[in-house]
Amino acid sequence: MSATTSAPDGTDTSTADPIVRIIDLHKSFGTVEVLKGVDLEVHRGQVVVILGRSGSGKSTMLRCVNHLERPSRGTVVVDGEVVGYRIKGDKLHELPPSAVAKQRTRTGMVFQAYNLFPHMTVLENLIEAPRRVKGVNRAEAVKDAMRALEEVGMDHKADVYPSTLSGGQQQRVAIARALVMKPSVMLFDEPTSALDPELVGEVLNVMKRLATSGMTMMVVTHEIGFARGVADEVVFMSEGRLVEKGPPSQVIDAPVHESTRLFIDSIL
Amino acid sequence: MKAATVTDSTRVAPSATPPSELVPLRHPGRRLAALLVLLVAANLGYSVMTNDNFEWPVVREYLFHPEIMAGLRTTLILTASSMTLGITLGIILAACRMSENRVLSSLSGAYLWFFRGTPLLVQLIFWFNLSALYPRLTLSVPFGGPEIAGAATNGVLNLWAVAIIGLTLNESAYMAEIVRGGLLSVPRHQSEAAIALGMNRWLTFRRVVLPQALRVIVPPTGNQVIGMLKHSSLVSIIALADLLYSAQLIYSQNFRTIPLLVVISLWYLVCTTVLSYAQSHIERHYGRGVHVGGQRPGGLAKLRSLGSRLAQRSRSNDNPTPA
Repeated sequence: MSATTSAPDGTDTSTADPIVRIIDLHKSFGTVEVLKGVDLEVHRGQVVVILGRSGSGKSTMLRCVNHLERPSRGTVVVDGEVVGYRIKGDKLHELPPSAVAKQRTRTGMVFQAYNLFPHMTVLENLIEAPRRVKGVNRAEAVKDAMRALEEVGMDHKADVYPSTLSGGQQQRVAIARALVMKPSVMLFDEPTSALDPELVGEVLNVMKRLATSGMTMMVVTHEIGFARGVADEVVFMSEGRLVEKGPPSQVIDAPVHESTRLFIDSIL
Repeated sequence: MKAATVTDSTRVAPSATPPSELVPLRHPGRRLAALLVLLVAANLGYSVMTNDNFEWPVVREYLFHPEIMAGLRTTLILTASSMTLGITLGIILAACRMSENRVLSSLSGAYLWFFRGTPLLVQLIFWFNLSALYPRLTLSVPFGGPEIAGAATNGVLNLWAVAIIGLTLNESAYMAEIVRGGLLSVPRHQSEAAIALGMNRWLTFRRVVLPQALRVIVPPTGNQVIGMLKHSSLVSIIALADLLYSAQLIYSQNFRTIPLLVVISLWYLVCTTVLSYAQSHIERHYGRGVHVGGQRPGGLAKLRSLGSRLAQRSRSNDNPTPA
């Protein structure tokens, strides 16, 4: 089922344990079943792009990876640990919120609406979580933050408030804020969908550089160009199910399934 | 190109160009209305100042009278303590009200229902007469079991304790709803972002949600503080000498009702002015990083800019620009 996958530096990672395992994931909101049994594996260093119409469950699946949504059935395993639950005997016992919070430090999430804290400067936004969650001292947190801001090209704006920045700048800061927690996996939930077209490029460039540096990424997006150029694997979801999975050359340019082809045609 | 020859019309012939000089609209009615309002206000002020029925000499005599000063001190202490405690308790009640724990949220709701549903006056009288209902305050085994520790109610609750407890508990109910409104105003994705970074619920509340909620909470809270300044006068019912009661005590003896009421009104106005000024400072602190309308430069800044504009105009009058 899993074709040979390779990290950006060329090493074969298919034999390595997957860093994210989504196992028979189901999620219902009341009577509406949004995820109907999804299985997916993401290996270290892989960039997985998730395509699908709105309502297909792609964002919900992503949010289950860091337990922002609680699965109705099935499990997610990140870095060898079950997300949100502890294994006791043959049952999964739900973890208390404080334990789940600790697990979330291994994943970094970037949202469509940037979600920067408006009452803090850019630098304060970045040092908040490392200091309060990981107990890093201020000097070191600032050093890490400035390095992350340099990575995304926003170090010159460290002392301004987010409201003075453009959408693309805010999103780059949001990416830096997630990176500064040194996660194993970065989750992107439609990071460029709320941006003006001319600002999309600067954010995609940052994501491209991140991918090249070997970060494991799961990206929900409509940017086909990004998928073609950067993704190791493209996944197409429809109506709560994973319909097609494979390299971009297959899923985008020569899709096997009818629904995939219809979707790709509609957004190209 | 022919210039338009028809005057006082918006119509222009197809081949003609309208004149280029723009004349802004003048508002003669506004200036006249402002003048009239100023005249009426000045006249009102003059009539009050020269009206002997206000007995202004008596006002001057009692403005800094020791009993009035003591009453003012009592009012300020009551306001400060009951608002501080009331706001703290209100935040706790609001957090309970919004909690997922049904017991907490129902209890909080019941508290709000009771303390907003009965008059403050009645509550104060009840606390004052608590010893009639519960002669001893005890820690004991539930449902009528033996006492573990306790004291006589009258010994524990003096006048000040009754006043502060009564005012605090009542105020906390109103503050809880104000705080809850502020918490609701913070978009859900703010706490989502914090949670995604690994912050637990307490950190998220304290560092992300509450600071943003305070921007919305401060204006109505300022209102409540200014209101408490006056509501605290209800403690006269339990014979605690606040500003109003001390004035009442004086005029019940010398029958100078009106001048004494003027005295305390002036003091209430002074306190309200100071509180309003403080409130605008606090609002500016919690509004940092946000660009919204409704925050215009304060009065002092306006006076400064008016002064500089007048100075500029007089300078240009002295040195007319050459034609």
